[in-house]
Amino acid sequence: MSAVTDPSIPVPEIPVSEARSFEGYVSAMPVEPQAPPASTTGVVGWMRMHLFSSLGNTALTIIFGAFALYMIWGLLSFAIFDATWAGADREACLAHTGREAGACWPMITERLAYFTYGSYPIPQRWRVDVVFLLGVIGLIWVLWIDAPRRDLGAFYFFVIVPVAAYCLLYGLPLLGLPIVDTDLWGGFLVTLVISSAGIVAALPLGILLALGRRSKLPVISVASTIFIEVARGVPLITVLFVAKVMLGYFLPERFDPALMVKALIAVALFSAAYMAEVVRGGLQAIPKGQQEGASSLGLGYWQSMRLIILPQALRITIPGIVNTFIGGFKDTSLILIIGMFDFLKTVEVAVEDPKWSTPVSGPTGYLFAAIVYWICCFGMSRYSRAIEMRLSVAHKR
Amino acid sequence: MSTIGSSGRADAATLAAPSRGSFINDPKTRAIFWQAVLVLVIAYLFYSAIENARANLAAKGQVFGFDFLSAPGGFDINQHLISFSSEEGSTYGRAFLVGLINTLLVSAIGIVLATILGFIIGIARLSTNWIVAKVSQIYVEVLRNIPLLLQLIFWYNAVLKPLPNPRNALSFGAGIFLSNRGLTIPEPTFAPGAENIAYALVIALLFAFAFRHWAKGRQEKTGQQYPTGLVSLVSIVGLPLLAYFLSGLPLHFDVPVQKGFNFSGGLQVYPEFVALVLGLVLYTAAFIAEIVRAGIQAVSRGQIEAAHALGLRQKPTLNLVVIPQAMRVITPPLTSQFLNLTKNSSLAVAIGYPDLVQIFAGTALNQSAKAIEIMLMTMAVYLAISLVTSFVMNVYNRRMALVER
Repeated sequence: MSAVTDPSIPVPEIPVSEARSFEGYVSAMPVEPQAPPASTTGVVGWMRMHLFSSLGNTALTIIFGAFALYMIWGLLSFAIFDATWAGADREACLAHTGREAGACWPMITERLAYFTYGSYPIPQRWRVDVVFLLGVIGLIWVLWIDAPRRDLGAFYFFVIVPVAAYCLLYGLPLLGLPIVDTDLWGGFLVTLVISSAGIVAALPLGILLALGRRSKLPVISVASTIFIEVARGVPLITVLFVAKVMLGYFLPERFDPALMVKALIAVALFSAAYMAEVVRGGLQAIPKGQQEGASSLGLGYWQSMRLIILPQALRITIPGIVNTFIGGFKDTSLILIIGMFDFLKTVEVAVEDPKWSTPVSGPTGYLFAAIVYWICCFGMSRYSRAIEMRLSVAHKR
Repeated sequence: MSTIGSSGRADAATLAAPSRGSFINDPKTRAIFWQAVLVLVIAYLFYSAIENARANLAAKGQVFGFDFLSAPGGFDINQHLISFSSEEGSTYGRAFLVGLINTLLVSAIGIVLATILGFIIGIARLSTNWIVAKVSQIYVEVLRNIPLLLQLIFWYNAVLKPLPNPRNALSFGAGIFLSNRGLTIPEPTFAPGAENIAYALVIALLFAFAFRHWAKGRQEKTGQQYPTGLVSLVSIVGLPLLAYFLSGLPLHFDVPVQKGFNFSGGLQVYPEFVALVLGLVLYTAAFIAEIVRAGIQAVSRGQIEAAHALGLRQKPTLNLVVIPQAMRVITPPLTSQFLNLTKNSSLAVAIGYPDLVQIFAGTALNQSAKAIEIMLMTMAVYLAISLVTSFVMNVYNRRMALVER
């Protein structure tokens, strides 16, 4: 009511005829709302609310802001402002008078091919490129949820690409592709090959293990459970050690696979256990009625799994599968410990090269490797989150 | 194979009506058949593996057995909590123990620090302060998307190794120095009578626990409240302090001093250890932060609003409503992160910290060539840690789980 007597607020002009129709001090028209205080709107208001709402918050803002600025500035000046962009050897990257030594990028650009292919023979490198291309097509086909004929895509990705990759990468003298020994493979190629094994072989195996663990047959369920728990209970590095130093004892003497094959088997079995647990989670989320419905339609075990249960379970486990794959992708870096030349190892080789040996060669190499890994993993995790969102929307409907 | 899934109650009907089909279509027969096949396959795999191993070992002139554990090792370990030296003829068995203790040490310290940091970052991600939330988010997104191995190598090779020598060490005051020899900190030394402090601490903890229990019962009966937090704090801090003064100040700190090319006094923490703990903590904290954030967000807003409606203020709402429910969501994945950290500590091998894998599955294996025995023992240790932890977790979960109807 005070608004009526407040002289600072303009009283709306009320036509006399209307003014008579009511009595007292009740206004015929709503009073225009006052604009919010300037301090609560716009940038200033936002900052007051989110940055300086109290004394403690202001202190936090200053501390975190200073820390963030310091880190960003340090990173930018190392990677860009102080960086060396061209040069032939370490001389170019040394600290010169009047300027700090930043990242030594020519050391990276000179070896980009090495980081990608390792010591793969140069005239044969097109074969690796073809495999990359085939893999990318398969990946898009499988991961793009609205892609046409995704069943065909799965067949392409899980059968055709691995076979083609084997023929192209290892060689097939019949087709005029000379054999390239796996010892020569290296760099990102090895990282991709090993981590793909973590999904191409591990996913089908993981599905079988998950079904086995949920099986009503005691022997199958116990065997699957033991395998899964043992593989998940030990570190990957011990599994790789086993593959390197112990597997040879358990194989016939005439049969001695290359280190690459041993590592592939180790990673595939290891990831299969993790995949199995992810898939089992998906299977558990499918209501019992689905299985009962399938049974009442007369579908047998494999039919109901293939047509009813697994399509639903796998769909909701895509985020989990991608997350497991991200973990596997990061973990492939461990194969450098058993002496394989994966991407990280090739970066280490570059860092230790005396030709580029400067105080900044270490940070430069590790920064480059970190950026590459980060882009791959972050991209995949974004994808998995997008799928999750989409599934939750579909679920809510 | 087509009817295995539908076994169960239908079996009775099948038995009652023998005319239904032939013997090979009976789900029970099929179940037994397939399980027998699996047993045979697994048995054959094990049999041939063992036969091959026997043949291969014989060809190399080796014998399977754990006798080597009592043989002298002939190598040295630079970081050991229990004595170990090749001159005294320390055995492989002792090397196993040293490695195991080092693994447990780094895991225990890593778990404590990662939990603290992870909870701080997880809560900071939910802060209303924009910059605090953003910085925490960036921390999480950057750290967990870079392989741990790369982070360890970075901390060790690019940060700790290029540090100045002890003479020019970075000083943080209070006798804490960082140099290329690692972290140097004051070493606590105990005079006789120091054990009283430990006793006092135990008594204080017991007292605090008992008081809490009593106060809770009292409150439930009479509604009377006691300042349990304050009483616990005073007793836990005060009693050991009292013991310290009463038993004649038995605790001293040996503060390191820069002397010549090295430090004299103090406790030297090797750079490998520092790098390993740093890498493990920063990496795992990113995952724990996500778990904590998800756990807090899992408590529905209605719970908080209901607590406010009941007249609970901010702090009791947090303590009595939000945290207990969030912890129920947080604990299981948190435990698996602890296990991950323990397993990831095996990456020590990449930077040369003498943990179980580096010492036992590395040095000892190369010296003794007992690949099978050593790998079996190493994996058994990690497996035992995992299984014991999961067992404890399952018991805990069963107690904590919501009881519905």
